[in-house]
Amino acid sequence: MKARVFVTLKESVFDPQGQTIADALHTMDYDRVRNVRQGKYFELELDVKTVDDARALANEVADRLLANPVIESYRIDVEDETIGVSK
Amino acid sequence: MKFAIVVFPGSNCDHDAYYAAKHVLGVDAEFVWHKELGLQGADVVILPGGFSYGDYLRTGSIARFSPVMASVLAFAEAGGPVLGICNGFQILLETGLLPGGMLYNRSVKFQCEQVYVRVEELDTSFTCTATLGQVLRIPIAHGEGNYFAPPDELDLLEANRQVVFRYCDVEGAVVDSANPNGSARGIAGLCNKQRNVVALMPHPERACESAMGSADGLVVFESAIAQLKSDGMVLPG
Repeated sequence: MKARVFVTLKESVFDPQGQTIADALHTMDYDRVRNVRQGKYFELELDVKTVDDARALANEVADRLLANPVIESYRIDVEDETIGVSK
Repeated sequence: MKFAIVVFPGSNCDHDAYYAAKHVLGVDAEFVWHKELGLQGADVVILPGGFSYGDYLRTGSIARFSPVMASVLAFAEAGGPVLGICNGFQILLETGLLPGGMLYNRSVKFQCEQVYVRVEELDTSFTCTATLGQVLRIPIAHGEGNYFAPPDELDLLEANRQVVFRYCDVEGAVVDSANPNGSARGIAGLCNKQRNVVALMPHPERACESAMGSADGLVVFESAIAQLKSDGMVLPG
């Protein structure tokens, strides 16, 4: 079972790196890119049997290590090879 | 009296802290490797600056789970004085001993420069021999020192008098132009509610002798020594 974890700064938290990237894109004349938020992406290979277990385990490690809940939020996609991606 | 300086893979201010303790202040000092399970009977614990685990994932996030950290947390909870400097501050934030988190500097640059900080609280383990409002000239050297906490958490920190140092100008005025990284409310250093755990982004150990450009950082270490002497050194560890 695989889980994908996407970690980003919370909406309420200023993202200086994302802002710098957005500014660079604007100097490149990509004015239609209104805003950029930079984040992190993790692929977890999990030794579990069910989608629920995968989600629970991914949630736990995201809470404890992958994300800092004070400043970041995360989203998890679980991929069961037999049925495809569950969001 | 013994200072323990915890060494993580990637610590690079450990020797500076050791030098300040052992050679400037003349107290015993020991390095404690992060894989150790005890603190060698230390009376004061310093989590030094650097780039533990190469700042992988988030600053301090992996060091927080090093074996020695269980001893550091137990020592802190028993009232032992713990000082986190720069990366040490980031590690303490990750443990939850201190609230909030660090964002990239608003300049998005690594900043290495002399700054001024104002002492806001005296009844902590590392400021008790300072004077209220004392302005210290101490260097910073960090890329992620932009302190963040939600507004209600910041209000709580202020109400509990946990803001120990604020960035200020040479006169001691806390103004945005003297804030090097965008930290909320100019916060440069905090303490826990028990006031024995103190952490700051500037490096007092790099400002311990006039030859370093400033000796203003000494008061941080002298305070810990003075407090231990007045307590008769009845401390855990």
